[in-house]
Amino acid sequence: MTRDLVVIGAGPAGMAAAATAAEAGLSVALLDEQKRPGGQIYRDVDRAMVRRGAILGADFAHGAGLTAGLRHDRIKHLAGAVVWAIEEGFRVSYTQDGKGAQVSGARVLLATGALERPMPVPGWTMPGVMTAGAAQILLKQSGVVPRRAVLVGSGPLIYLIAAQMVRAGTPPLALVETQTRGDMMGAMRHLGGALRGFWTLAKGLKLLAEITRARVPRHTGATQIAIEGADRAEAITFHAAGRAHRIVCDTVLLHHGVVPNTQAARSLGVTHRWNTAQQCFLPQVDDWGATDVPGLMIAGDGAGIGGATVAEIAGRLAALHAACETGHLTREQRDARAGSLHRALDKDRAIRPFLDAAYPPFAQALAPADATIVCRCEEVTAGTIRAHAGLGCTGPNQAKAFGRAGMGPCQGRYCGLTVTGILAQANGQTPDETGYYRIRPPLKPVTLGELAAMDNPGQDAAE
Amino acid sequence: MKTVSPFLELDDAPTVAVTFDGRTLDLPEGANLAAALLAAGEGVFRRTPVSGAPRGPFCMMGACFDCLVEIDGIVRQACMIEVTEGLQIARPHEAGAEDDT
Repeated sequence: MTRDLVVIGAGPAGMAAAATAAEAGLSVALLDEQKRPGGQIYRDVDRAMVRRGAILGADFAHGAGLTAGLRHDRIKHLAGAVVWAIEEGFRVSYTQDGKGAQVSGARVLLATGALERPMPVPGWTMPGVMTAGAAQILLKQSGVVPRRAVLVGSGPLIYLIAAQMVRAGTPPLALVETQTRGDMMGAMRHLGGALRGFWTLAKGLKLLAEITRARVPRHTGATQIAIEGADRAEAITFHAAGRAHRIVCDTVLLHHGVVPNTQAARSLGVTHRWNTAQQCFLPQVDDWGATDVPGLMIAGDGAGIGGATVAEIAGRLAALHAACETGHLTREQRDARAGSLHRALDKDRAIRPFLDAAYPPFAQALAPADATIVCRCEEVTAGTIRAHAGLGCTGPNQAKAFGRAGMGPCQGRYCGLTVTGILAQANGQTPDETGYYRIRPPLKPVTLGELAAMDNPGQDAAE
Repeated sequence: MKTVSPFLELDDAPTVAVTFDGRTLDLPEGANLAAALLAAGEGVFRRTPVSGAPRGPFCMMGACFDCLVEIDGIVRQACMIEVTEGLQIARPHEAGAEDDT
């Protein structure tokens, strides 16, 4: 199969891009790992809205408009398609229903979204400890909510999930927040931007009011966070307001921001640079989402965290750019349609500097104690990574050879940024100098059986 | 002893029988397998090949690979699978895991 545009990821950016490109006349393939569109933010939105719309709220309902936009003759939605290789040119290899398959296109848009920022604290590998995003996915898709949970970390997502848990009838036992009053004071210099994003701010305050009304205790400025348990999480301990705390619980939900999922972009050699405000690497893209790999674009949180609305607009802009490059729109037509989108993007991004400063990552998880596991798959501790540095290890790729960090099944998704951070600090180098894991296909595991069942085995012979 | 689930289930869906680690469980048909196992009170999905430490679902979005289970001899992410009747699920990387399938 060959299409004008291959979009990877059916979240807000991917869905908006597919619809916009199809309307402009392009043939589109939209690949996503999930059986139903929505991405993580609008996970399973069409079914979830019917079952629990009141809990999930109006912002979630917006996703149904995007899934509706996928009903177009020129969009081929490949649902449940797990992409494991993207070769330049482009040829995208994926597995669907147990069979390998390929789709080709001169243009690829990566809309692969975000991952939770890894939050290595003592005990974070135990069953019963999950990301806050995981709890939201459980609620949206499955209607499953933890009964005795503590939300830990920082950021607006914690308030959203706490409020949704209140509405579901099982409020969290407590919020253990790591941001300090000083962080909020520092964020005030970005108040101008925050006021431009007034509605976002107002929604956040409304969530906080819901949490307060439900009498959920909030601890802020928490440090020395650790999870206790034998075979699963049994309690969380921390220091706040000058004393030690211990809360017995069944589930601990961690969150201190999300970061771009850069696996696919890195596998194609896109240039990434460290962004100090967002404390992560960002692929370098222009105003249309175009990268330094010809024909390859990135839109949405995968290009830098902006949230669902920003992702949707960025997806449309990338689609307009692709339509122009393929001759479906003139430059003038593209720019005429893009003007209001660029303005909306600026407006929706205005609140980010305030949020980034008010809810910074938890410092003790960016530089974990020696005994804390950082690579969950291979069970490599922060101290071991520091010892590697002492032996002359300068970057994450060398760290693989020293002690297997990043070589397990998650391919560094949940340790990469931590390992870069630890090595950079230990060696007195910047994150850019330290670098990141080299990502190679397969991006996801593929079985020999799936390869053997490939639907177009003759393709190589024909070339 | 029946495990008390640390999770509340909002939906009431028809269930089908599956086996997990040799035991029979009734899980909602078509549900996300990782979510259904958690709701059934199953927290430990596997033990790591490195130290034998217990692991369960962490990200629920196919990225962390902590919810790995073995189905028909293939190790897969439980959070990317739907519950179907008669599913035989084993813990991977465990002595005797093959005997269960």
